[in-house]
Amino acid sequence: MSFPWAEHYAPKHPLMQWVDEKLPLPRLVYNAIGAGYPVPRNLNYFWNFGVLAGVALVIQIVTGVIMAMHYGANDLVAFSTVEQTMRDVNAGWLMRYAHANGASFFFIVVYLHIFRGLFFGSYKAPREMVWLLGLVIFLLMMATAFMGYVLPWGQMSYWGAKVITGLFGAIPVVGEPIQTWLLGGFAPGNASLNRFFSLHFLLPFVIAGVIILHIWALHIPGSSNPTGVEVQGPQDTVPFHPYYTAKDGFGLGVFLICFATMLFFAPNFLGHPDNYIEANPLSTPAHIVPEWYFWPFYAILRAFTVDFFFVPAKLLGVLAMFASILLLFFLPWLDTSPVRSGHYRPVFKKFFIILLIDVAILGYCGGAPAEEPYVMISQIAAAYYFAHFLIVLPLISRFEKPLPLPGSITESVLAKYGKADGEIAAVPAE
Amino acid sequence: MRRRDFINIAAVGFAGVGAVAVVVPLIDQMNPSADVLALASTEVDLSAIQPGQAIKTTFRAQPLFVRHLTDKEIAEADKVDASTLRDPQTLEERTVGGKKQWLVTMGVCTHLGCVPLGAGEGENRGEYGGYFCPCHGSSYDTAARIRKGPAPKNLEVPKFSFTSDTAILVG
Ligand code: HEM
Ligand code: FES
Repeated sequence: MSFPWAEHYAPKHPLMQWVDEKLPLPRLVYNAIGAGYPVPRNLNYFWNFGVLAGVALVIQIVTGVIMAMHYGANDLVAFSTVEQTMRDVNAGWLMRYAHANGASFFFIVVYLHIFRGLFFGSYKAPREMVWLLGLVIFLLMMATAFMGYVLPWGQMSYWGAKVITGLFGAIPVVGEPIQTWLLGGFAPGNASLNRFFSLHFLLPFVIAGVIILHIWALHIPGSSNPTGVEVQGPQDTVPFHPYYTAKDGFGLGVFLICFATMLFFAPNFLGHPDNYIEANPLSTPAHIVPEWYFWPFYAILRAFTVDFFFVPAKLLGVLAMFASILLLFFLPWLDTSPVRSGHYRPVFKKFFIILLIDVAILGYCGGAPAEEPYVMISQIAAAYYFAHFLIVLPLISRFEKPLPLPGSITESVLAKYGKADGEIAAVPAE
Repeated sequence: MRRRDFINIAAVGFAGVGAVAVVVPLIDQMNPSADVLALASTEVDLSAIQPGQAIKTTFRAQPLFVRHLTDKEIAEADKVDASTLRDPQTLEERTVGGKKQWLVTMGVCTHLGCVPLGAGEGENRGEYGGYFCPCHGSSYDTAARIRKGPAPKNLEVPKFSFTSDTAILVG
């Protein structure tokens, strides 16, 4: 699906015509990320992060498949094969550092991508399905990253596996059988390591599949844009190629510079030294924390310290942690304001900034030790997180008076850059 | 019922039963295998453990704490009114054969499964003098009962018996 004014794929070379008849794959690509896909002309750099997330996935798959060639998924050797990868395998250190930091960068771009959606109201009709599929990808990513972190079989790997599978143990009655089932034993062991490796290998390809659905769903209404006003005609769009391939290419360059800086100058900055100690079931590291990208959720988990009625604190924490993500699946129906972009929603904009601060606070507390004042701060911040989505957003949508929207994408562009310039831009020169 | 509907329902029903029969082993293979389940019991020699000391050993691939309580620790544990606790149990109920000085528990925090501190020499024993879990701050008292923090239950006391005055068999 596309706008009626989309450019048509018309291969000139006889070979391409022949391919197009037999398997129109180049046509599919042309219509998806080529000149055949018209995109709003006013996208800003926040629209780069989807493509960057895709690149991050490719980096993970390439470095991951290579590392799997040198890795032994057995609790007796896993730790030392990862060390061999680091010390003995040619360029092994590069693959591993790229993979470990690649996971962090993957989460950075995905978080920016998600907050872009939250601010510009990308989750609203007609793009609810895009949002829902994005959340599915996010959940799969978290599962993948968690299982990947277990593979080096260091102390953090082991205890992370123990604590996270312990979450399921909190569920009444079926919890413990589920935990043993997940681990294949009563504590993390060889069985757990093997299945985590198998699934860690599989899930990224499942993610790739869901990404295809995500983009398919996106291409039905087409991309939203910073004004949130829908495309009305050809003057509002430019072809994806070369306009956004160029813009995304620039963003990719910036991304790769940041990534390389981290990779070559601070490859262990985001890691935990404890994970260079082999797993020891008899001793818990003094300070167990998950990877930074799980911190906000970890803070919510730990925020519950007292029982409430009959529900034990442990179960409450687990429920709240899962709820904090599941909640986002209902977002398209919690925010009922017809205005998408936060730029035209003065009240929403303020609360959005508060939400950002709130999540940053949760993240900070999730990485801090489980002591006061962090526990109390997490409690307040967790409560606010839920209140934002369940109370604040529905109320704002009801009472806020949005600013006047521009009549069209083109009108907003011209208002910003002046009539003359705008006309030039509308008829690109080169 | 029409013949066609009957055949349809019967076929789909049969295929459904078949699908379930296939899914059961697919799921069950993830449960602990026979070699994991073939767990030995553990014998622990108590003779070298002085009052106030504790040792850490393993039982079923998980840490086991064996602690020799001092009289003061026993008195502290007995002083508490058990009914006021989150997981009400007396020290008496948590020890075997009237030998209240031998506190044998799993070293697995009932919150999310970390190994609490307090069995090793000089480790933080927390506010209540028993064990302290560094992961999310659960404190256990001298009877290894949960007193503070997110853990819902006391440290588990495994089944064990005295084989002599100075040895126990766990499991
Ligand atoms: C969604 C994409 C992926 C994410 C987010 C991800 C994440 C991770 C993380 C966080 C680690 C632990 C890194 C460390 O601390 O050393 C890891 C390890 C590993 N991953 Fe991945 N991964 C992904 C894709 C893949 C793929 C496609 C493979 C291919 C089989 C793979 C193979 C491995 C191997 C062999 C390890 C163990 C070596 C090591 O720990 O460095 N990964 N992964
Ligand atoms: S695992 Fe011990 S307090 Fe959470």
